[in-house]
Amino acid sequence: MIEISHIKKGFGGKTVINDVSTVFKTGKCNLIIGTSGSGKTVMMKCLVGLFEPDSGEIIYDGKNFSEMNEDGRKELRQSIGMLFQGSALFDSMTVEQNVMFPLDMFTKNTPAEKLKRVNEVLDRVNLQGVNKKFPGEISGGMKKRVGIARAIVLNPRYLFCDEPNSGLDPQTSLLIDKLIKEITIEYNITTVVNTHDMNSVMEIGDHIMYMYQGVKEWEGSNKEIIFSKNKLLNDFIFASEFLQDAKNMRMLEAEGKIDSQDLDDLAKKG
Amino acid sequence: MKFFHEFGLYLLTLKGMFTKPENGKMYWKEFMHQCSEIGIGSLGIVAIISIFMGAVSTLQTAYQLVSPLIPLSTIAQIVRDTVILEFSPTLVCIVLAGVVGSKIASELGNMRVTEQIDALEIMGINTKSYLIFPKLLASFCVIPMLVVISMVLGMVGGRLAATFTGILSPATFDKGLHQYFKPYNVFFAMAKSYTFAFIISSIPAFYGYNVQGGSLEIGRASTKAVVVSCILVLFADYLLSAILL
Repeated sequence: MIEISHIKKGFGGKTVINDVSTVFKTGKCNLIIGTSGSGKTVMMKCLVGLFEPDSGEIIYDGKNFSEMNEDGRKELRQSIGMLFQGSALFDSMTVEQNVMFPLDMFTKNTPAEKLKRVNEVLDRVNLQGVNKKFPGEISGGMKKRVGIARAIVLNPRYLFCDEPNSGLDPQTSLLIDKLIKEITIEYNITTVVNTHDMNSVMEIGDHIMYMYQGVKEWEGSNKEIIFSKNKLLNDFIFASEFLQDAKNMRMLEAEGKIDSQDLDDLAKKG
Repeated sequence: MKFFHEFGLYLLTLKGMFTKPENGKMYWKEFMHQCSEIGIGSLGIVAIISIFMGAVSTLQTAYQLVSPLIPLSTIAQIVRDTVILEFSPTLVCIVLAGVVGSKIASELGNMRVTEQIDALEIMGINTKSYLIFPKLLASFCVIPMLVVISMVLGMVGGRLAATFTGILSPATFDKGLHQYFKPYNVFFAMAKSYTFAFIISSIPAFYGYNVQGGSLEIGRASTKAVVVSCILVLFADYLLSAILL
């Protein structure tokens, strides 16, 4: 579990995150959503310590990250895995070397044990036969999966994903979302995903925090988001007419004005 | 004001390198990789420059020493001292500032822009220590070696030019190489090459590591790193000559 309380962060006199508090629960996919420039990435960088918050506390399972010294942070970071927006794979290394890198750096396992573990996690993310390929030789979706494999190879307790679906087609995006969700449950880890992909919100959003201009504007689950009355959130989530219609249908269904049978009939007609 | 800010950041970057390695084996691997990249990677260009540098300085010295009072072996002596004192340490290091410096700056800059440095940080690795220190250490080991190789090749180039053009016989050239040799000159050249090795590796590493922005900034950082390194090499060259000679 990660608790953040009253986080503030600014750059050059401009406040980017203003007094944000929330709790990211273990075994759940916690999503931070918001428009570009709303402070999502800065928030995530504060969480993993790439940026130092101006004030506030970040507590990892009772351990105050903000008060830790460099050694304490280093130790904690070994239980953190992160998937970056651009995957951040090491260009000069093969897929296998990329995934093996954290094992080489932090374990004393034999080469055979390390290779076994690498193959295990690559299998887990449904990647076979790419061990000897370089990042430049594989697709965007594959890169993301290698990024996930590298992030989970040391059995982390916390997984951070910064816009895991950016630049991917909808089908691959769904696969990545599904993978993140499965891994979260399987490893019982605290997952924090930074996204503005609405499919992700609906598919994996166990806990969603909506940020607007650096402030936490709304918080809830993917079940609750449909019925939210928050105008800013609705303008963001249901920006297109199609999504607005979908929301209206769900609302009518919930209010009992139409039933699932009507929706099925409509589908058949279509 | 910007100068002091950059200089302070440079010192902090250097200070940040000195921590206990997370895994000595991995640091050693990276060090050996950098030795190969910097040393073997630059050997070809160093060899070509050195041979031609020696050959040209032989021809030009012979062209200027027209007095019958001066023995011909003096040409080789002048070539030897010029190569040892100036050409090999300074000229080779200026070229290395371009070859090695731009490579270090663009490699680190690209890693910064594509979040590879952030990825290492999140794994709990001291990136200054893991990415910069092996480059610095490898430069310290390899650049003086390249300078020594350059000295030898410079004199070989001079000897070949002298022989092919008939200015000097090989025996006269060898005699000139041996006469009035001061071992202190080699010490001076080594002192210069260690100083230049530090400049050539640390300045580009600083500019590359601290890149902010995109690919355009990587190019800018790379150019700036080479320009600043070259200026500092020339400045250090003057300073060391004034102090040590």
